[in-house]
Amino acid sequence: MWEQIRANRIRSGFIIVFMGALLVFVGFALGLYFFGSAEAGAVIAIIAWAIMMLVAFSQGDNILLSLGKAHKIEKQDHPRLYNIVEEMTIASGLPKIPDIYIIDDPSPNAFATGRKPEKAAVAVTSGLLQRLNRDELQGVIAHELGHIGNRDTMLMAIGSIMLGTIVILAYYGSRVMFFSGGNRRSSSGGGGGGGAILLIVALVLLILAPIAARLLYFALSRKREYLADASSALYTRYPEGLASALEKISGSTTQLKTANNATAPMYIINPFRKKGMAASDLTATHPPTSKRIQVLRSMSGASFGEYDAAFKQVAGKRGVVPHGAMAAVAATPLRAASAEADKTTDTEVKRAREVGDVLWKKNNYRTIDCQCGARLRVPPGLKADSVRCPRCNTVHKL
Amino acid sequence: MWWIWVVIGIVLVIAVALIGVYNGLVRKRNQVKNAWAQIDVQLKRRYDLIPNLVETVKGYAKHERETLEAVTQARNLAQQVANAGAGARAKVEGELSSALSRLLAVAEAYPDLKANQNFLALQEELTSTENKIGFARQFYNDSVLRYNNQTQVFPSNIVAGMFGFKAEEFFETTSEVEREAPKVSFT
Repeated sequence: MWEQIRANRIRSGFIIVFMGALLVFVGFALGLYFFGSAEAGAVIAIIAWAIMMLVAFSQGDNILLSLGKAHKIEKQDHPRLYNIVEEMTIASGLPKIPDIYIIDDPSPNAFATGRKPEKAAVAVTSGLLQRLNRDELQGVIAHELGHIGNRDTMLMAIGSIMLGTIVILAYYGSRVMFFSGGNRRSSSGGGGGGGAILLIVALVLLILAPIAARLLYFALSRKREYLADASSALYTRYPEGLASALEKISGSTTQLKTANNATAPMYIINPFRKKGMAASDLTATHPPTSKRIQVLRSMSGASFGEYDAAFKQVAGKRGVVPHGAMAAVAATPLRAASAEADKTTDTEVKRAREVGDVLWKKNNYRTIDCQCGARLRVPPGLKADSVRCPRCNTVHKL
Repeated sequence: MWWIWVVIGIVLVIAVALIGVYNGLVRKRNQVKNAWAQIDVQLKRRYDLIPNLVETVKGYAKHERETLEAVTQARNLAQQVANAGAGARAKVEGELSSALSRLLAVAEAYPDLKANQNFLALQEELTSTENKIGFARQFYNDSVLRYNNQTQVFPSNIVAGMFGFKAEEFFETTSEVEREAPKVSFT
């Protein structure tokens, strides 16, 4: 694990440095234009970035979670989910079990956040809980904990804030330039012929920087997905679980309501996917799901080395796992599927009811089980002091 | 006088390398200890769950006395050797695992028992604890492998020998059957 984290840091360090350079360039361009001093602009850009970092980190770890209808759950709310997260925490050797959230959304998806493993959180949608069986859910959770363990969540947080800063600076900078540009330039008085060329370069940079930053950010995220898949296989010793989960998730066509462009890379599967997305698409935040599934299914063992071999076999390219990480754990046997034989008790209907119960409870609805078998949900603001069961007409006192 | 500086330089490099290797060994040994503690936590949790399970099953399946007794016995035996080393413990715990999986398999034949909420909750807990033991063991063995590797390969074996870092014992199950989680249904 440590070798892996180190290799990740180096590789991702490059991308972050590139993004940082872009940020500084945008600063140069703006500074040159508005103050006639490139350095001042760069300083302002970095200050803007630092402020955004501070704001993001002081707001607590889970901006994402505050966006949507995410409910934090405890063990008694959904024992199976909690147990699975705990199992994977143990398997991955994370120091502490992350906070667990359920998002009320029928689209099956999951993500992890948190800038360090001690303060991480995983979130799954109710649609995911409803659709996946235990082995599949375990695969998905292991993938998310893989992100946390490999420090991807931290990296993506830094990357997305940098991307945000670049986009905002470039957007407003070019706006202001278009509308009030003329005056500024003549009043600064220093612009000769060389200045004009510089200004054009600055303008082009302002337009290109956000695009370049976005491509870098997406490249960062694609690499991470394969690594998290490899980690998932290693933790669960059962790559088929994740493969089958990905198959189910990608079969669904509902789009996630709470996702946006910046948060998209954090999900297990791209929330904006379209069917038949081109494999080499530079703007993709995730590798093509079919390829991920294929790699997982052709693994002969659960170690990183075996994932790498499977990847080479499927993609016919250079592997995705850093060499230092592969040496750490030698060939590892897979395990058998856990007993899922009893299909009668673990059905989608039952799982849907289970997660439904949690969400009703989290929305402060009261539940009354009537003796006729009906289950009544009482909304929190109800003024009446009793309700009547619509099926058997029994009156229940509140 | 230049050679003094060369000597000092070499000594410094060796010292830094020594500190690095030593700290690496300590970190890995601590990880092994943590991993072991995690196994211990889960095994103890299993001891706590078993009496409850036995009581619940007893109410519905009176004719399964032998299976129930086997579980209770295996549990008591496991608890007695709870302070022994990894090797001795793994064997006894493996027996407990198989006794438990037999009990849960037997429970399949009693529809009333399977409808009991208390039993279902216990079953989920036990299945998960079984899994956690498995994953803790997996992490422990990986940690031991990494640590042992470092105590044996050159040049860190010199440091390990100097400061008394000894190889740790793996937590191995005895038979292939026990490698898997018990075959019970998830509900």
